[in-house]
Amino acid sequence: MTLLAIEHLDIALGGHLVLEDIHLTLERGEIVTIVGPNGSGKTTLLRSIIGSLAPTRGRIDASPGLTIGYVPQRLHLDATLPMTVARFMSLPRRRPSHRVDQALDRAGVAGLGSRQMSELSGGQFQRILLARALLESPDLLILDEATQGLDQRGIAEFYRQIEQVRRELGCGVLMVSHELHVVMRASDRVVCLNRSICCEGTPERVATSPAYLAMFGHDIQDALALYRHHHAPLPVSSESLS
Amino acid sequence: MILDDFLVRAALAGIGVALAAAPLGCFVVWRRMAYFGDATAHAAILGVALSLVLSTSIFAGVLVISLAMATIVSLLSGKGYAMDTLLGVMAHSALAFGLVAVSFVSGVRIDLMAYLFGDILAVGKADLAVIWTGTALVLGLMGWRWSNLLTATLNTDLAHASGIDPKREQLILTLSLAVVVAVALKVVGVLLIAALLIIPAAAARPFSRTPEAMALLAAAIGATAATGGLQAAYWLDTPTGPTIVSLAAILFALASLAGNARRKAWRAEPPR
Repeated sequence: MTLLAIEHLDIALGGHLVLEDIHLTLERGEIVTIVGPNGSGKTTLLRSIIGSLAPTRGRIDASPGLTIGYVPQRLHLDATLPMTVARFMSLPRRRPSHRVDQALDRAGVAGLGSRQMSELSGGQFQRILLARALLESPDLLILDEATQGLDQRGIAEFYRQIEQVRRELGCGVLMVSHELHVVMRASDRVVCLNRSICCEGTPERVATSPAYLAMFGHDIQDALALYRHHHAPLPVSSESLS
Repeated sequence: MILDDFLVRAALAGIGVALAAAPLGCFVVWRRMAYFGDATAHAAILGVALSLVLSTSIFAGVLVISLAMATIVSLLSGKGYAMDTLLGVMAHSALAFGLVAVSFVSGVRIDLMAYLFGDILAVGKADLAVIWTGTALVLGLMGWRWSNLLTATLNTDLAHASGIDPKREQLILTLSLAVVVAVALKVVGVLLIAALLIIPAAAARPFSRTPEAMALLAAAIGATAATGGLQAAYWLDTPTGPTIVSLAAILFALASLAGNARRKAWRAEPPR
């Protein structure tokens, strides 16, 4: 079942074209990762999918009644706003407290319910953002560099949990990530974005595609988002890879 | 009848305004809209002039102008000027234009002081009805939209993902703000309305662990300031509106001190 179909999407911000002619579909039960250098439009794409940004051209079709669980890149909480973890978990919809406790337990942050959000470590904060997104029982889980502030073990655990969530809920997962080596293992499909989609396909195919190598270099560990390449849009057609 | 006593009417008016101002004041604090509240309130004097010219009810004139002001500020935000510059311009020009406009209204002897600083002791039964209708409206709106408003305040992307339109929630806040300004005009006057919004909410912050607790506590502090200020003004023979705000400020100072002491104690020996 197709959760999301994006066709001919352009997004212009401040008169500047940030995304150009994006085509993307997402199926239920699929984990898709978007990679690309800084400023390549990854977050813009996610924000247009959740409805924060209106398309300048093209369309984003969501399946009827699609519920989205969204984990933002970072969440700034104003110091004047008191907020316990348990209260945050119940926004915007009230959840029974046993479900909140259960969700916190599953996210590996059991017993933090009565803490203030401002007292959490970066890692705890990210886990709680994920736990809250999962309480919506989403059809589509959208994660924007959700592993910021986690250590190596935390990152591995985080992706294991995403796998597990996908198995249990059968939801689609769309994420932006910088941890290329982990992403490659965890995704069904990788989309390489640099204003337009350069290439997409299974992790193995994308990792060996010329467009991808041009973007991240042969040694991807070192060349992570170090430089942006300039090329005509879509040098490698997506058909030839997927 | 008990409402025949002007002090009782004044107390009820003060409590009504404090209740409406509390949840809205919390949002004003959380969203850093303090100056926004000021601009909307200052514009009210223009509304007074307008309703005197058109001989409509003061409440209607103030409501319309406050709403217009709040809308203009919302629309202009993010169009080249920093928000505080924009609001600084709007708040004080609205007040200045209002004062000039009032001076053009001939034939009517109006007590400008009553609009600038309020005249809570002159609250009549009709005023009381207007105030409590406004309060019920604002509390109803806040209660109805509470979770959506909170989510939109926390993060607009998070709100969008949950199917909440942050712009619509902002509009609800703007509308409520205009109603509170119109309702509070008689009680504290245009110059001090923003104080009644912000001070109780700020005083409640150190003792609150959830947004709801902060709103309830702000209501209690606001109501205490209103009734206590009324009493104090009666004993000391001081202007009532400023006395209410002064008492609120004293409560805020005490709350900050207590909050600081508690934080220090917490740092010295974190609870297990």
